[in-house]
Amino acid sequence: MVTYFSEIFSGLWSLIIGLSITFREFFSPTVTVHYPYEQVVMPERFRGHIQLKGDEEGNPKCVVCMMCQRACPSGCITVAGKKKEGEKKKTLSKYTLDFTKCSLCGSCVESCNFDALEFSKEYKLASTRKEDFIMDLMQRLEEQNK
Amino acid sequence: MELTFFNVAVAVTIAIGFAAINAAYLVWAERRGAGRIQRRPGPNINGPLGLLQPPLDGIKLMAKQLIIPGGADKALFIAAPVLAMAPAIVSFVTLPFSDTIVAHNLNVGVLAIFAFASLGGISLLFAGWSSRNKYAVMSSVRAVSQAIAYEIPMLVTVITVVMIAGTMNLTDIVAAQKGGIWNWNIFPFKAGLFNPLMTMSFLIFFICALAETNRAPFDLGEAESELVAGFHTEYGSMGFGLFFMGEYANIVVGACLTTLLFLGGWSCPFGLFPGVWWFLLKIYVIIATIIWIRWTFPRTTIYGLLNLSWKILIPFSLFNLLLTAGLLKVF
Repeated sequence: MVTYFSEIFSGLWSLIIGLSITFREFFSPTVTVHYPYEQVVMPERFRGHIQLKGDEEGNPKCVVCMMCQRACPSGCITVAGKKKEGEKKKTLSKYTLDFTKCSLCGSCVESCNFDALEFSKEYKLASTRKEDFIMDLMQRLEEQNK
Repeated sequence: MELTFFNVAVAVTIAIGFAAINAAYLVWAERRGAGRIQRRPGPNINGPLGLLQPPLDGIKLMAKQLIIPGGADKALFIAAPVLAMAPAIVSFVTLPFSDTIVAHNLNVGVLAIFAFASLGGISLLFAGWSSRNKYAVMSSVRAVSQAIAYEIPMLVTVITVVMIAGTMNLTDIVAAQKGGIWNWNIFPFKAGLFNPLMTMSFLIFFICALAETNRAPFDLGEAESELVAGFHTEYGSMGFGLFFMGEYANIVVGACLTTLLFLGGWSCPFGLFPGVWWFLLKIYVIIATIIWIRWTFPRTTIYGLLNLSWKILIPFSLFNLLLTAGLLKVF
C-alpha cells in the first residue's frame, strides 16, 4: 500500500520535473542554422572533394608525378601532363576527379609530395545528373583564381 | 430565442468556423511550440511567423488523390473521417461560451457531449476495420480498449462534479462556481463543501481528456514506431486531413469541458469583468498545456496505459465520488 502511493507521487513528481525542463527550453534561444538563409562555415579539417592548389601566380603546383592517381583505391583520379616546348618538366594539362566513385579517403592528399592537393570546403553538391560529379579540377582552380 | 432557419444557419456556420479555424491554427501552434521546445523556430517561412502554413497545408492535402485500398469496406472507409470530425463540431451546439453565447442550452448538456464524444472511438474502429490493413486493425483494437478504460474514470469524475452542482446543465454548473477562485470545482474551499481531493479529480479528468482525444503520451492508436500510422495508415488527402482536424477539434472540446467543469467557465478568478474572454483565456491556457505535455513526455506502453487507468485512475475517481457524496450528505 505504501509503495503504491509512493510510486504515484514519485511518478507525478517526475512528470513535473520533465515539464519544467521543456518549459525552460521553450524560452531559451533557438540553436539551429536556418539552412537556405544561413550557412555554416565548414571547419578547418572538413574533408570535401579534393581540389588543386595554386602557386603565387595561380598555376597548379602539381608536377604530374601521378602519385595521387596511383594512390587512389577507387581509380577516380585521371591526371595527364605534357612537356611544353623548351621546358624540362611536365606541366599539368588535365586533372579529372570522378566524384561518383570517391569515398573521400584522402589517400591522394596524403600521397602528394608537392603540397598540390587539398580538401575543399564544398558540401552543397546535390545534383540530378551524373555528369556534374565528373569534375575538372583545372577549371575549378582557374575559377578560383578569378 | 426563436428557432428560425436564419438563426440555425448562422449558428452552424459559426460552430463549424470556430472548430475549423481552431483545428487549423492549433496545428500551427503545435508545430511552433514543438519547435521552441526543441530549440528550433518551427514553420516560419510562409507568411508572417509562418501563419499561412495551415491554409497551404490544407490546399496541398485537398490537391491530393483520395485512394481507397482494394478490398476495403468503402462505405465505412469514407464514413470514418467524417465521424471523427462530426462529434467535435456537434458538441459546440451545447457548449456555452458565456451566459449568452450558447447555441442551445440543453438541460443534459454534459450527457449529450459525452454521448457525442463516444462516437470518436467508433470512428477509429471504423477506420481501422475498413482499411484492410493489419496495422490499422491493431490500432483500432487499441483505440477501443483505451476508450473503454478512460471513459470510466472520466465519467465518474464528471458525476462528482454533477453531484456538487446538482445539475447536468453546463450553464448552471458554471453558475454554481461563481464568485471567485475558491468557488471553482478544482479548489477545495467551496462553500459548505471542503473536499481536498477535487484537485486530484481535476487531474484525473485532464489525463482522461488527453487519453480520450488520443493525444501523446496516450496516442497508442497511431504509434508510428509500431503501427506505421495506426488507424489512418491507408488515408491520404483530405481523409487524413479530417482525422487531423478532428483530433484538434476534440482537443478544443476537451479544453472547453475542463474549463466548464473545473475552472469556473467564464467567471473571473477575482470577480472582475466576467465574460467570454475569461473562458477563451482558460481554454487556450489548457490547450497550451496539452501541447506542452505532448512535446515533453514519450509515449506510454499499452500495458502502462491500461494499468494507469484501471489501477490508479478508476479507484481514485470512485473514492472521490464516495467522499463527495458523503460530504454532500453531511454538510
